[in-house]
Amino acid sequence: MTSFTALHALIGGLLIGSSAVLLLWLNGRIAGVTGMLTGLLVKPSNSPLWRLLFLLGLVGGCALYGLFAPTPQRQGFSPLLLIAAGLLTGYGTAQANGCTSGHGVCGLARLSLRSLVATATFLGLAIATTFVLRHLLGLAP
Amino acid sequence: MSGTSSLRNFATLRAIAALASGLLFGLGLSMAQMTNPDKVLNFLDLAGQWDPSLLLVLGGAVLLSTLGYALVFKRGTPVWERQFHLPLARSIDRPLLIGSALFGIGWGLCGYCPGPAIASLGFGNPEALWVVPSIIAGAALQRHYRQTADID
Repeated sequence: MTSFTALHALIGGLLIGSSAVLLLWLNGRIAGVTGMLTGLLVKPSNSPLWRLLFLLGLVGGCALYGLFAPTPQRQGFSPLLLIAAGLLTGYGTAQANGCTSGHGVCGLARLSLRSLVATATFLGLAIATTFVLRHLLGLAP
Repeated sequence: MSGTSSLRNFATLRAIAALASGLLFGLGLSMAQMTNPDKVLNFLDLAGQWDPSLLLVLGGAVLLSTLGYALVFKRGTPVWERQFHLPLARSIDRPLLIGSALFGIGWGLCGYCPGPAIASLGFGNPEALWVVPSIIAGAALQRHYRQTADID
């Protein structure tokens, strides 16, 4: 069980939003993690540097925050489930050209109908999957 | 100074901006505890002891970026780049729906979407060592079977 952390959630969300605005304002780029990852490793593009630097910043920001407030780590979660979930996520986001950041934040901010449909779809399926896993199969914590 | 050479000088500034933007994103995800998969799953689990935190994360992020984007687009061009690089695809088609559905299943199975999975490498989360390579492998598989439009 986790508790509702309203203030941290809101400030965190505003930081994410300001990151997206900064990147569009200065560099004219969309802060979509899937696009950066695939643009860097899977579909090499002609401007890899900014993608690499953003992802390094992403890891660095998380590391920096971890110095002050450690994130609780889940124990005993099946690696097979993690691998299956990762494969589905990688395949799906590459095909939909976006994930929670690209469609869910930046796409909605651009008022893109395509991103709204994508966000509703992955959010709906994620809710359904969690329900099946936790309440019908009794799997996963 | 001609337009071209000044844009070339902007390359360093753009690199700094990308790094700063990534840092902000990572700090935001961490502060919001989106790097804690239990927190995410407890948001997705409407029938359980629901944790609405993620709603405020997404709400705050979307609200601020919608306002910010509107102001930025009003300028006409980015500050350190010639033009905006925006996704070209507009169609709501089968690949979009199936891809998003597969991602949703993956997200609901483990509680990691790509951003938090990669960010979690930053605090040495052993789960991220399984998830991140699998995401890359999944994306490579997709690339192998299909070609999709991408932003430039």
